[in-house]
Amino acid sequence: METKTKVTAEEGKQELFITREFEIPVSLLFKAYVEKEIVEHWMGTKVIKLENKRHGSYLFETTDPKGNNHRFNGTIHEMEEDQKITRTFEMEDSGLPVQLEYLTFEKLTENRSKLTMQIIFKSNHYRDQLLKMPFSFGINMAHNRLEEFLSNSK
Amino acid sequence: MNLRRDVFQAISDPTRRAILTLLATQAMSAGAIASNFDSSRPTISKHLQILTECELLQQEQNGREIYYHFNPQKMKQVADYIEPFRQFWEERFNKLEAFMKSHEPKK
Repeated sequence: METKTKVTAEEGKQELFITREFEIPVSLLFKAYVEKEIVEHWMGTKVIKLENKRHGSYLFETTDPKGNNHRFNGTIHEMEEDQKITRTFEMEDSGLPVQLEYLTFEKLTENRSKLTMQIIFKSNHYRDQLLKMPFSFGINMAHNRLEEFLSNSK
Repeated sequence: MNLRRDVFQAISDPTRRAILTLLATQAMSAGAIASNFDSSRPTISKHLQILTECELLQQEQNGREIYYHFNPQKMKQVADYIEPFRQFWEERFNKLEAFMKSHEPKK
């Protein structure tokens, strides 16, 4: 499958961009960010709180395969329908500092839209740490599978 | 935590990036590298040490001098770091798109 999602992380900078074009109207793309049930579906998380307004906040809880709960929360600063969301993002108990996220929603045609996520970190070190997370996770998964295989073949 | 062996930490410094650019086309001795910078020789040595520790550079003894080579394999690994992160979002967004398509109100 062609890759539609682009990640730009310039060396030495403390921000990154994630862009993606969708084959859905911008109103549906925006809806996917503000409706509890839809957010739960595509983000694979439980939505405990989601107040879509200025001064509002959100709280998500995700259970990992080992049964541990992880909480994510943030404050909503700007919310303009079909246009933008500005919010903070914090992974609770991760030791990682709060991030600032600018989400821009664009209408390309009646049935196509584009999302740009600009994420700003406390420092470029923390940005790189986050970037490497799925990488380390992938490595851990491979290790776990290997361990499983070894312990099964004893 | 050993930051010095962290490739990302290594390339976040402008002088170290300049050293990598310099060595991209040719191997050079520490003295020759240092002559390209205003920084002191010990400062450049420190940078070379960090780059070598995280394997972005490799040392080779050439007579009485040590030559530094750029290791493109390691640099590729840096680019590869981003790929799992990108794939993570790609999967999420694919899910979002598929879900919203099925929920599109019929006209």
